[in-house]
Amino acid sequence: MGDNGFEVDGLIKQFGRTTAVDGVNLSAPRGHVLGLLGPNGAGKTTVVRVLATLLRPDAGQVRVAGIDVRRDPAQVRRRIALSGQHTSVDDELSGRSNLVMIGRLLDLRRHDASRRAGELLSRFGLDDAADRPVATYSGGMRRRLDLAASLVGRPEVVFLDEPSVGLDPGKRDELWQMIRGLSQDGVTVLLTTQYLEEADALADGITVIDHGRVIASGTPTDLKREIGGHTIVLRPAHADDLDPAAAIMARAAGREPDRSRRHELVVPVAGDAEFFEITAQLRARGIDVSEIAFRLPSLDEVFLSLTGAPTADAKDAA
Amino acid sequence: MTTTLTGTARPRRFATLRHSAVLAQRSLLKTTRNPGPIMNGVVTPALFMILFLYLFGRPVAGSTGEYLQYLFPGILVMGAGLAGMISTGSAINLDLKNGVTDRFRSLPISRTAPLLGSVTADILRYLIAVSILFVIGVLLGFRIQGGMPAALGATALAILFGFCLSWVTVFIGVIVKSAEAVLAFSFIAFLPLQLGSSLASPTDTLPGWLKAWADINPVTHVMDACRALLNGTPEAGSIGRALLWSAILFVIFCPLAVRAYGRQE
Repeated sequence: MGDNGFEVDGLIKQFGRTTAVDGVNLSAPRGHVLGLLGPNGAGKTTVVRVLATLLRPDAGQVRVAGIDVRRDPAQVRRRIALSGQHTSVDDELSGRSNLVMIGRLLDLRRHDASRRAGELLSRFGLDDAADRPVATYSGGMRRRLDLAASLVGRPEVVFLDEPSVGLDPGKRDELWQMIRGLSQDGVTVLLTTQYLEEADALADGITVIDHGRVIASGTPTDLKREIGGHTIVLRPAHADDLDPAAAIMARAAGREPDRSRRHELVVPVAGDAEFFEITAQLRARGIDVSEIAFRLPSLDEVFLSLTGAPTADAKDAA
Repeated sequence: MTTTLTGTARPRRFATLRHSAVLAQRSLLKTTRNPGPIMNGVVTPALFMILFLYLFGRPVAGSTGEYLQYLFPGILVMGAGLAGMISTGSAINLDLKNGVTDRFRSLPISRTAPLLGSVTADILRYLIAVSILFVIGVLLGFRIQGGMPAALGATALAILFGFCLSWVTVFIGVIVKSAEAVLAFSFIAFLPLQLGSSLASPTDTLPGWLKAWADINPVTHVMDACRALLNGTPEAGSIGRALLWSAILFVIFCPLAVRAYGRQE
């Protein structure tokens, strides 16, 4: 219990008559990255705001770094940092002034605050831009500065609310590196995202919420497994072999394969026994194979089957 | 488990004051980068001063020199009022909207420190606006007749009133959604408050309906008090009314604004 960076148990938060968060449980051991995944309006931001002491929970236990957020929010604030959905740095000030100001608000002496600001500016590759107003920064630089601002106080727990929104892929990889760096330093990270790819790349654990409730949680691999077994995809080398191959697959899997793609046969199976059965039969019949795959569902498929809505990734791709 | 923030954290005495001071510094630094709001507190009154002076100077007072003695104190009050109406209200609103306030609230500082910091910085902004106006007034030929103490008193009164009035805008800045709405409100309030007063001529000379409003308008009393002080004829009555109005505005709107700000979710 004391080894968790944060833990939420039965959290309920209402706004007027709408229940934004309806009995959410989640937790992450110290130094882990938990991905909080869900479509827009699922309640992710509300969970983060409760954890960051910006909102008071209506019911449930919420502990951050072992401290109850309702009982001692001031102590919680000494140990956390929040990096919001919108970058919360001051456009008119320079990057350095932004960081020094946070340091001063954290009761660092002037000298220590500027030293810490200098360290972070170097670590986040902002040395050259340090004394320019933030208004002149690019989107990626602002995001890095925002993350740097979160780290001034050497927090134990960091909440990142959709940190990669609006970043192009190169900048996103850069941000991911930095988030991995945090977790290597022993910081516990809660990362909200709509991008499964991001959760898959960064998170030790994933909790999926929708309409304010947890609908799944586990490691990325657990989730993929939970949703369904494997799928076999077969592409015979000769179009003439499609029918006999389909018959083999149907016998082994107990159902007709999907033939919606012209040269591909797709069938869900319970495990690898069917896979070996099918390959053995194909060989016995002398059917040449140009491609065969035995795979877990993609996280996008997992998400779709959990929430009934495609992910942002899938929508962007469409 | 009990890792402290950093080895160099200082004991937390007078924390709210110190944090407010840091945030006041931030607010002033922002003013040096973007002096728009303060200029508004100078340019608008200065334009009105020049406009009124040369339009009405001769017909109303016989000469522009005489009229300036009447007009300038009101312009000073307008400057202080405008500087306050514009700066904190919209700055706080912007911070709330773009997430800066969220960051402040996730820091171990008092929830109201950002508000106090910004309002403290306003006082310096009034001083700057009022000083520039003084220089323009004197260049145009205004003579301080009440001596230095009276001039300081008038300045202090104008700033005090501007400060108290600014809490109305701060309150609105906290509760409304957009910075544009705060500016729109300030602009709409500007006309009746600043112009529907004894600014350009004594209320006795105004048409009945306007006189009725101008006589109630707190701005009139502050302008009258400053005018009397600067012209060497201090008047306890108008000073008292100016102080009373300032107190009323402060006592109502400061707690409302602080409470609304602290509660914002």
